[in-house]
Amino acid sequence: MIIHHPLLGPRDASEFTYLGDAALIHRPDWEAEDALDQFIDYGYLRSNPAGLHRELWFHEGGDRSWLVVTRDTTTHEITKVELARDVARQEGRSK
Amino acid sequence: MRYSGLRVIKEALTGHKGWKPAWRDVEPKSAYDIVIIGGGGHGLATAYYLAKIYGQKRIAVLEKGWIGGGNVGRNTTIIRSNYLLDGNEPFYEFSLKLWEGLEQDLNYNAMVSQRGILNLIHTDAQRDAFIRRGNAMMLNGADADLLTTAQIKERYPFLNTENPRFPIKGGLAQHRGGTVRHDAVAWGYARGADRLGVDIIQNCEVTGFLIENGTCTGVETSRGTIKAGKVASCVAGSSSRVMAKAGMRLPIESHVLQAFVSEGLKPVLPGVITFGAGHFYCSQSDKGGLVFGGDLDGYNSYAQRGNLPVVEDVCEGGMAIFPMLGRARLLRMWGGIMDMSMDGSPIIDKTHIDGLYFNGGWCYGGFKATPASGYVYAHLLARDEPHPTATAYRFDRFNRGLMIDEKGMGNQPNLH
Repeated sequence: MIIHHPLLGPRDASEFTYLGDAALIHRPDWEAEDALDQFIDYGYLRSNPAGLHRELWFHEGGDRSWLVVTRDTTTHEITKVELARDVARQEGRSK
Repeated sequence: MRYSGLRVIKEALTGHKGWKPAWRDVEPKSAYDIVIIGGGGHGLATAYYLAKIYGQKRIAVLEKGWIGGGNVGRNTTIIRSNYLLDGNEPFYEFSLKLWEGLEQDLNYNAMVSQRGILNLIHTDAQRDAFIRRGNAMMLNGADADLLTTAQIKERYPFLNTENPRFPIKGGLAQHRGGTVRHDAVAWGYARGADRLGVDIIQNCEVTGFLIENGTCTGVETSRGTIKAGKVASCVAGSSSRVMAKAGMRLPIESHVLQAFVSEGLKPVLPGVITFGAGHFYCSQSDKGGLVFGGDLDGYNSYAQRGNLPVVEDVCEGGMAIFPMLGRARLLRMWGGIMDMSMDGSPIIDKTHIDGLYFNGGWCYGGFKATPASGYVYAHLLARDEPHPTATAYRFDRFNRGLMIDEKGMGNQPNLH
């Protein structure tokens, strides 16, 4: 697989390590009433779809940036690559 | 029809006209006591033991494809019980004991071959860890044998014991481990279950669950609605996809693991060798092909095929320890999809929906577990309580901090 890095262009997927579902960007609020349930969900439960999946890849063998890659898990086709930092800001992480 | 040597001779003399299909091709009925989703090894074994040991009647196995066409035919056929933790080892040893009696029990030649499995040691720390593991195995009634480099050289003279990065400093052997002909396991259990009255329904995909007031009362399928007293999901690799139809999210990611077979060779490899440090393991099939594999590709996938970097990694590992591999040509390679759970161990449990049961999360170790998985799942379905060897495989172990994490990797499925 080739990942089209937004800053570096096409890079081989073997330069990256894989973390998982991009929903992990949104760590629950530890002060919420149901924080325990939210953290169990965050830590252990995954949607694991067959089809489009937004996921976190780390460019360990490169510029060490985190990316959000949108990829089809049934074909491995990558349709979108964004910097995780931009995604997190757009989605209101750490406001 | 009972199979025997005499029967083979009789059929040979009468033109092989007396053989019958190993199981019936049946139309689904409108209702069953127990419906098992998934006609793989685990699902068929569950049906077999439900009928044979637990005396259940009116059982159906629903398979979306054909018997033997799923993961039971896509693995590398190894059986062993060399686990460390209390939650796992009694279960896998129970499974190995069932393998030892399987062919007589099923009256089917599954080619169970206890040719032994060897895990290689390269450092003092690894030796300490393997001694501990071997002792844990023996405490649970399994066999374990610590071999020296000289013993390994005598048995496997072709291994490169002098690799500069990973010199072989010994190994932990389990002589009762080995390989089984995987298709025969599916066919044998299917035939055994069918003879006990189980309906095996192929080309029947489950498209939804009937859930009323928190109780599961049946399934919608591509061949109509089927009512059921109990519904048992047994579809490792696709667990998240199936259970999503019941509104559940699971502690599982689906990952692809690749496997490889070389051209057929004369017998060269007497046993199974695992080179964990180099992401490589290998055995030789009875047809002569070297069957080998390594690590996961590492990203979520349902594609049943992997990518080339892992092919390179596996072959490099193989060449480092097993240089003669370079003389063989690769014949086939393929990918299998597995339920990678959050702690690397399986789940066999009730769900929060009454009447709906779950068996999955087998990671890359489902094949060896086939007989015990079926047996303990049948126990759970028949008695509504877990079998004594499977009490730890609960859904709630994650929230309760009781994970069964053999490798100590934490909640990162692609590292198990």
